[in-house]
Amino acid sequence: MTKTVIVACGTAIATSTVAAKAIEEACKEAGIQVVTKQCKVAEIQGYINQGADLIVTTSQMRFDPGIPVINGLAFLTGVGKDQVIKEILDILEN
Amino acid sequence: MKIKDYLLQETVMIGLKAGSSEEVIRILGEKLQELGYVKEDFIQAALEREKNMPTGLPLGGDYNAAIPHVDIEYVRKSALGLATLKDPVCFYNMCENQKEVPCQLVIMLALDKPKSQIEMLQSVAVFLQSPDLIQEIMNAETADELLDMLP
Repeated sequence: MTKTVIVACGTAIATSTVAAKAIEEACKEAGIQVVTKQCKVAEIQGYINQGADLIVTTSQMRFDPGIPVINGLAFLTGVGKDQVIKEILDILEN
Repeated sequence: MKIKDYLLQETVMIGLKAGSSEEVIRILGEKLQELGYVKEDFIQAALEREKNMPTGLPLGGDYNAAIPHVDIEYVRKSALGLATLKDPVCFYNMCENQKEVPCQLVIMLALDKPKSQIEMLQSVAVFLQSPDLIQEIMNAETADELLDMLP
């Protein structure tokens, strides 16, 4: 089954693209079918309503979305990146 | 897109003395404006954006970085500014806005197309994930020296 990951940042064009590419690559390697949807943090709720399994964000979340949220700064800084990828894959596999 | 290709000797500042993140943004922004790369309201836009959507990034090593940037409408022609700071100034964490990040490396992105924003950010991400290179850059004594270090 294809999983949906919302990748959110302040503008929906820059940091979220860097994170989305990394997530797609990691999922491909792990054999997980994934669709990433990039949006601004302000637009997250609309994308949750369309159905999503996980949110990865490089901006501040200001509400509880009711689905798992992962901090995606590691895709910019490399700090703890392997751990973050593992957490993402764990959530999508279950 | 290479970082090096968008930096100029004049937009690289070594050992800059600044008292706040706002001052760093102003100094780099004024230089970009003086050279004609950004519009007059660029600095104001960068300051406001930094307040609402901060760009501090903890890198896990001795130095942290901030990457202030704005929407493309404030930019005339793509360029980057880079400052290594004598002493760290406080930026706020991009993802957890209440957390302070003392930064000593500031890379200001002034890009004129959304596609360039993405490509440059990818190059910057690769750069930020190279602790040895960052260490070297922080030790650079002149702008030329720093430019030579970049791949």
